[in-house]
Amino acid sequence: MEKLFETFKLAIITLKANKLRSSLTMLGIIIGVTSVILLVSIGSGLKGYITGQLEGLGSNSLFVMPGNLEIKPGGGGAGGTPGAGMTASKFTLNHIRELSQRATTLQAVMGYSENNGTVSYGGESETLQVAGVSYEYPQVRNQYPSQGTFFNVSQQEAGKKVTVLGATVAEKLFGNEDPIGKKVTLSDNKFTVLGVLEKKGAFGSVDMDNQVFIPFTTALTTFDMDKVQSIWIQAKDSTQITQAKEETEKILLRTLKEDDFSVLDTGSILSVISQVLGVLTLALAGIAAISLIVGGIGIMNIMLVSVTERTREIGLRKAVGATPKIILTQFLIESIVLSVSGGIIGIIFGVGGSLAMKRFIPTGISLWSVLLAFSVSVIIGVVFGVLPAGRAAKLNPIQALRYE
Amino acid sequence: MKGQPSSSAKKRNKIRMTTNMPILELQNVGKAYQIDSQKLEVLKGINLEIKKGEFIAIMGPSGSGKSTLMNIIGCLDTPTSGKVIFENRDVSQLSEGDLAQIRNQKVGFVFQTFNLIPRTTALANVELPLIYKGIKTEEREKQAKEVLEKFGLSQRIYHFPSQLSGGEQQRVAIARALVTQPIIILADEPTGNVDSKTGEEIIKIFQDLNKTGNTIILVTHDKDIANHAKKIIKLYDGEIV
Repeated sequence: MEKLFETFKLAIITLKANKLRSSLTMLGIIIGVTSVILLVSIGSGLKGYITGQLEGLGSNSLFVMPGNLEIKPGGGGAGGTPGAGMTASKFTLNHIRELSQRATTLQAVMGYSENNGTVSYGGESETLQVAGVSYEYPQVRNQYPSQGTFFNVSQQEAGKKVTVLGATVAEKLFGNEDPIGKKVTLSDNKFTVLGVLEKKGAFGSVDMDNQVFIPFTTALTTFDMDKVQSIWIQAKDSTQITQAKEETEKILLRTLKEDDFSVLDTGSILSVISQVLGVLTLALAGIAAISLIVGGIGIMNIMLVSVTERTREIGLRKAVGATPKIILTQFLIESIVLSVSGGIIGIIFGVGGSLAMKRFIPTGISLWSVLLAFSVSVIIGVVFGVLPAGRAAKLNPIQALRYE
Repeated sequence: MKGQPSSSAKKRNKIRMTTNMPILELQNVGKAYQIDSQKLEVLKGINLEIKKGEFIAIMGPSGSGKSTLMNIIGCLDTPTSGKVIFENRDVSQLSEGDLAQIRNQKVGFVFQTFNLIPRTTALANVELPLIYKGIKTEEREKQAKEVLEKFGLSQRIYHFPSQLSGGEQQRVAIARALVTQPIIILADEPTGNVDSKTGEEIIKIFQDLNKTGNTIILVTHDKDIANHAKKIIKLYDGEIV
């Protein structure tokens, strides 16, 4: 034990004597560990955020998408409708009416569409996403107007030119002015502002409050469409989600073919998204792990140089009583100290970096990635240290002492 | 012819068992290297006894096998033929670990090029054999300081080898050899890398050490240095002449 402690102290002294060399050697491990932790934390943060968003919709939500989307992951944006617009939609207002009238297990049936449009007021003009939604939107998304009101069922039925602004839009166009009752121009039409929705916050660089909401019925005429892009459904009871899904399919099949639509529930969307993100995170971590291996090779390289440089020292140590085992331990500890300190610094950088990034994008530091990165750096120290240390231990003391 | 010295050595050994037993005995020792198809004999049929308190100088021209002989005596090297008996133990029967232990506790090496470890202080250099002996930090430091003081290096304890003169470096090296209180001190051309005045001082140290009962073997090609020893062994082409 005493000898081991001395060997450890010696390794520190030796590494300190070559500060630049030691830190450059550690750099490979530092970069590797940092990137593994960062990428995994971004991946799991993203997954957590999206899962949270979807769960916020409630476990009683169903989405009717155009085309056959079975098992295929939705390609839609975060918080928007996954898969929207992938296949030409065949949903009409009749389908929505039929669903809300015939179905017994459904509570709310909403048309939904997304379009890009330009909204202007006074001299200000903004190009942004225009969401065509139903009057139930606030209840379904749990996002209520902070000023004014949302449009009601009769305004929707009549296809009135009314709009509710996202918080960011309201601020940009109106500043301190009260927007309620004002008229904004949207695709050459005048829309009356009914209200402003409360802030939902940013998703990464995407500002979720930078959009405006109009009745989906109005969206059809404004953007000159005859089809609704997708349908959001809320079942009456989350325990009867399967029955609700079957009933929705049954009603739609009366007028549509099987391949024209897909009914997805939050559970299946969630599992697909988390699967995709999980694979993505693993792949990114794998790429980062390559730099760990490169770092390990760097350690081995520098240890081999060190053994050659210190041949005489090794010879002398053997002459005064060091056994091959002690020499092996000495060099092995040196490479482990290099890789482990690199690992610890990498963990500090990785954790610090993901905490710093939390201000811009969701990150979640996972304990397993920290532990994994640390143990991998220990293993790298041992694996890439064995060859140089073994070479040192095997040196013939007489030849080593004569080495110039 | 070859077997004879071996058997007579055994007889001598038996007789002296009770009286002045040799610390080390070489019996018909040979060392040969195989280089390609040629056999190079560095040592041939060496018979040698070293008793406690002796001061032996091994002399000979370069290439005569002096250093190889010293390495075999110090258990750094093993012979290809013959026997080395170190304190009644046949060295050929010992493991690598046992040999390391003998070098650590029974033998003190002093080299021509000092061989101090450059990044560590004089004190740490002297402590080195004690680390391998497994002595605790405080005791180790105490013993190493004592020996350094004995050689007038008390002001140099925390100096690095590069901050010391040649003579001081060699004295640190001698302190390192002595710190484990070995039964035999081996010095390979200890004055080879210092000026003649310092060389004399170093020889004086070995003489003083011998007076206090230490066994010393000195390898040199300098006749004046060798004359300070009590006994001179001359090597020529791997044989004692």
